[in-house]
Amino acid sequence: MTDVQVKDKEIVVPGEILAKGMGYVPGAGTYRNGEDIISERLGVVSIDGRAVKLIPLSGRYLPKRGDTIICKVVDVTLNGWRLETNSAYQAMLGLKEATSEFIARGADLRKYYDIGDFLVCKVSNVTSQMLVDVMMKGPGLKKLKGGRIIEVNSYKVPRIIGKHGSMISMIKEATGCWIIVGQNGLVWLQGEPPAELLAIHTIRMIESESHLGGLTSRIKDFLEKETGKKLEVKLEVKTE
Amino acid sequence: MVYARRLDGRKFDEMRQIEAKVGIIKRADGSAMFRFGNTIAYAAVYGPRNLYPKFLQDPSKGILRCHYNMMPFSSAGERVRPGGSRRSKEISMVTKNALLPIVNLEEYPNSVVDVFIELPQTEAGSRCAGICAASMALADAGLIMKDLVAAVSVGRVDDRVVVDLDYSEESYSGIVADIPIAYLPTLDKLTLLQMDGIVPKETLMEALKLGLKACMKINELQKKALKQKYITEGVEDAQ
Repeated sequence: MTDVQVKDKEIVVPGEILAKGMGYVPGAGTYRNGEDIISERLGVVSIDGRAVKLIPLSGRYLPKRGDTIICKVVDVTLNGWRLETNSAYQAMLGLKEATSEFIARGADLRKYYDIGDFLVCKVSNVTSQMLVDVMMKGPGLKKLKGGRIIEVNSYKVPRIIGKHGSMISMIKEATGCWIIVGQNGLVWLQGEPPAELLAIHTIRMIESESHLGGLTSRIKDFLEKETGKKLEVKLEVKTE
Repeated sequence: MVYARRLDGRKFDEMRQIEAKVGIIKRADGSAMFRFGNTIAYAAVYGPRNLYPKFLQDPSKGILRCHYNMMPFSSAGERVRPGGSRRSKEISMVTKNALLPIVNLEEYPNSVVDVFIELPQTEAGSRCAGICAASMALADAGLIMKDLVAAVSVGRVDDRVVVDLDYSEESYSGIVADIPIAYLPTLDKLTLLQMDGIVPKETLMEALKLGLKACMKINELQKKALKQKYITEGVEDAQ
């Protein structure tokens, strides 16, 4: 007998039986025990055809190839920089992938990126042992100057960005801040101090309400009330 | 002498009042509180995170560290000497062993998951409360886990089989056996089985049966508390 035991979009905890029988396939965040599909972490159920998977609600960031992340330089080595990634693993930024500028042989690498600098970079490779390589060549990848960094739950980043960047561009427009969201859960903001605070408050709101429906309109109402500006939800076309 | 009625008036298969809360320590990656009557345990989970010194790292899987601590003012009268003791070290070890079978650490090589269990108030059953809280905190931290763990102590007082012994029963001068168990409800496995005292085989089996029933109840409460955090969190902020 094949039977789904839970509703779509229901919150489940580890060890809950999601489906019985071989008619369904275990997706991400689930595993099969005998004939049952059981949840493997705290998340929201998503039933996609015959696959049952979980969308995680919490957890530390785990580096993934292709992610754009914000990192802090913690060490300078002979052939590159070591970066803190807001995860359990540090990343290496190689000399060749670091900058389009010419770096002379034997140059002091701290002239380019010093310890304590924040960089926007892209994860170019992750091995099974979680050795992480990042690169800085690409649109939007740069060293961050000024502003402030806040930490958010990395699983909420897609909600903060919104569909095709709609949410983040709305916050940018309302507050007039420059904002960069790293997929590792670090967010960089720069603007007038009151605007920065409003942007942080909005991001925190999205973080705690993202699993409830009607998020975009609620955030839009909130920002309109706070700023007095009329906003519209725009779909930003990605330039990449 | 026959133990005809429990000192606090509970039924023999009845637990003390239980309570569970999730997400109480905001700065931790995951946290939870679990209470059996007057025994309260707080658990905070950090990680997976960097592990130093480097020689502790295991390239094949992450490691789990548990730290069990009773606060100096936690017991009935005597001050508990702060810092580690032989007892706390042992309980940290059995807690770790009770949690290890469910946490899938292969996903996090060379890293560590730290579990801190603090007990501000105790009246027997502290390791069980600690394990219940730690299991919820691990789930809250978003770790990959096969199941939740529920723990309770069972045992005998004179010739009666009882569930969730309190301090007056544990320290009773007659024949007492105290058996803390930890149980995985979905996978139907025990991950902790200790015993202090003497018990015949039949009584042990009977006690375990009652213990499993109690664990199922605890598991229901744990699930409810975990879900509660994610449902109410948003509603509060929306107002």
